[in-house]
Amino acid sequence: MKKNTVLGLEVPCGPNGVSVITVLQAIQGYYGYLPEEALEKAARELKVPLIDFYSVATFYKNFRLAPQGRREVVTCAGTACHVRGSEKITEEISRTLGVDISSTTEDGEYSLKCVNCVGACALAPLIIVDGRYYGQMTPLKVRRLFSDNPTKTEQTVSSGLSK
Amino acid sequence: MDLEAPKIKSAEEFFYIQRNYQKQYRDNNRFIAICGDTGCTARNSKAILGSLDRCLKEKDLSETVGARFTGCLGLCESGPLVIVYPEEILYHRVIPDDMPEIVEETVQAGRIIDRLIYRDPSSGEKYAYARGLPFYKKQVRNLLSGNWKTDPTKIEDYIAQGGYEALVKAVTEMSPGEVVQEVKEARLRGRGGAGFDAGLKWEECFKASGRKFIICNADEGDPGAFMDRSLLEGNPHAVLEGLIIGAYATDAREGVVYIRSEYPTAVEKIKTAINRAKELGLVGDDILGSGFGIQIYLSIGAGAFVCGETSALIASVDGRVGEPVQKPPRLVQQGYLDRPTVVNNVETLANVPHIIKQGAENYRATGTEASSGTKIFSLVGKVNNTGLVEVPLGMTLREIIFEIGGGIKEGKAFKAVQTGGPSGGCLPASYLDLPTDFESLTEVGSMMGSGGMIVMDEDTCMVDLAGYFLKFLADESCGCCFTCREGISRLLELVQNISCGRGSLDQLDLLKELAEVVKDSTLCGLGQTAPNPVLSTIKYFEDEYRVHILQNKCPAGVCRALITFEIIESYCNGCGLCKKNCPSDAITGEQKKPHYIDKDQCDKCGICFSTCRNEAILKQ
Repeated sequence: MKKNTVLGLEVPCGPNGVSVITVLQAIQGYYGYLPEEALEKAARELKVPLIDFYSVATFYKNFRLAPQGRREVVTCAGTACHVRGSEKITEEISRTLGVDISSTTEDGEYSLKCVNCVGACALAPLIIVDGRYYGQMTPLKVRRLFSDNPTKTEQTVSSGLSK
Repeated sequence: MDLEAPKIKSAEEFFYIQRNYQKQYRDNNRFIAICGDTGCTARNSKAILGSLDRCLKEKDLSETVGARFTGCLGLCESGPLVIVYPEEILYHRVIPDDMPEIVEETVQAGRIIDRLIYRDPSSGEKYAYARGLPFYKKQVRNLLSGNWKTDPTKIEDYIAQGGYEALVKAVTEMSPGEVVQEVKEARLRGRGGAGFDAGLKWEECFKASGRKFIICNADEGDPGAFMDRSLLEGNPHAVLEGLIIGAYATDAREGVVYIRSEYPTAVEKIKTAINRAKELGLVGDDILGSGFGIQIYLSIGAGAFVCGETSALIASVDGRVGEPVQKPPRLVQQGYLDRPTVVNNVETLANVPHIIKQGAENYRATGTEASSGTKIFSLVGKVNNTGLVEVPLGMTLREIIFEIGGGIKEGKAFKAVQTGGPSGGCLPASYLDLPTDFESLTEVGSMMGSGGMIVMDEDTCMVDLAGYFLKFLADESCGCCFTCREGISRLLELVQNISCGRGSLDQLDLLKELAEVVKDSTLCGLGQTAPNPVLSTIKYFEDEYRVHILQNKCPAGVCRALITFEIIESYCNGCGLCKKNCPSDAITGEQKKPHYIDKDQCDKCGICFSTCRNEAILKQ
């Protein structure tokens, strides 16, 4: 593909121009997920079969076909986190927020994602909420972090975790 | 920073500019380095930098005292780390409010702040100077030393410390053949996992004709490994320099850095590095007037472990689904866009400038005969000094884990160390004196891999761990080969049966047999090495499997189906803490009277066990 824009969005080029992956990354970068309509339009614009978009979008973990919650909770399931008990942390988040892994709460507030390793193993087990890292988590800290009064808990928990 | 810096057109111009940068660097030798790596940033090191900036402004010291937001300083466990230069005084677990005191006491008055210096957890001894720390003392930080003094966003810092000298030497004094020869003689082996001779790969690519590519594999997918991320975040120019030299040696005019999207900071740092190198003419056409030129592209992964396999990586760079293909033809014959392609790992490339600068013979002086140079390991898990360590290849596991790593957390017993990521294996205490080189690790059923080293103590269950890796690999299998797609899932099922207490000795035999089948009958490295964690845990910890099967017990107290929680009446003072925190409402009892756990209701999350202040909860 020689074109370097799609749906008016700029797409970075590699040695072979833009690729299906870079197009999808650009669309997701703009919408936050891959809306069906946008994919159809982009496929027509680039004269690429729609199935190519879907096969790539469903193969790679980073692509999302549904909109995400307003807040994103990521739990790390790397080996270092696992041996320090990350499974219990994920379970507790799931229970406290009422959301399964890779899904979003009914009110559209939280999305829970479990990733393989974020490479900050000294903080294990850790979670990331809206880009902010919380290390040395315990199920109790999880509960405090997500209890009803978010502003109050955020303060107590973050001061407890900063060291 | 001189934004208008003109392109460097010759070696003379380079050395002239380097002298300027070196003078600037020397004149500003009073500075404070704050670790800006992901681990320390997560612990608020950005706010420390902000606090330092404010403090320097208030005291009117901005001109005389510098602030550098550096890459990983190594001792992640004690982050955020701050080093005061030129004395190299290391402060650990610093908070933003400490900065005014550091400036007043250490920078202005020349005194060391006792409460912020590092104390060895085992000996209790204090260390004020970074180089004296046992953690750093035994290391040979050839690749990582740049992190300490360099602001990764500033090419000036890198050049002032001798950066890009190797590139200048290669393109102005050496022919591509000579560069290849030097790397071959250095016996540089790929640091990504397989340990293939990098010089041989380059030689083959150099001999091919026409359009060629060189790709830097920064798709560090192994969980528990962050060496490549730290190199890219801390010293991106070193990797870039290696890539350009590699391109020169193989005569590839197009380079790609393939990096995983889970590392946003590393993506930013390498992007900045490429742009700065372009501005100075170190990337682009006619580098240093040599006639050689290279264009470098960034390709950001979309989240698939299998893309660390080179043929899958190439499919991904091309925007396709990352499925490995049959080799041969090997990639140096037919790779990206069906053209000859060399794929090198981040750390491999970072070694190249050192080889060119000091010569193959000097480089070979570190490490062993067959595995030369150093290797970076990410030492993580149940070890005291979690962090990034760089040691000569061939150092024993004991030295790394106990002398550098400071031993096991909370004085517990060492049980096993896992190297090589999901493709590697677990080694027991009897192998602690094994040298860490490519051959020794493979011989005993593990592998070097990319350098993750996960330490486990008595509280880690090996059956559970085998299940963890299998689950990871079952999720990450691309699904191309039947024995990988179905085989790993069946292996997982068998291991889960054992950890649920539904296992039998027949299943253990079946597990071993199936593991061998998966190993022998899959196409790529992912499938071929997938059974390693199972096979190595069975090999060294078969007793633990047997206890699960025959006695329905998990000795480490991890496998939920096999453990129970109970309250010891005489220890319980009825404080109600466990009852309040139990998510399953399984605990009953009146205040100030012993409580009880309803075993049917209990889902064994262990919250009561960790909250009880009187050690009244018994896990067995």
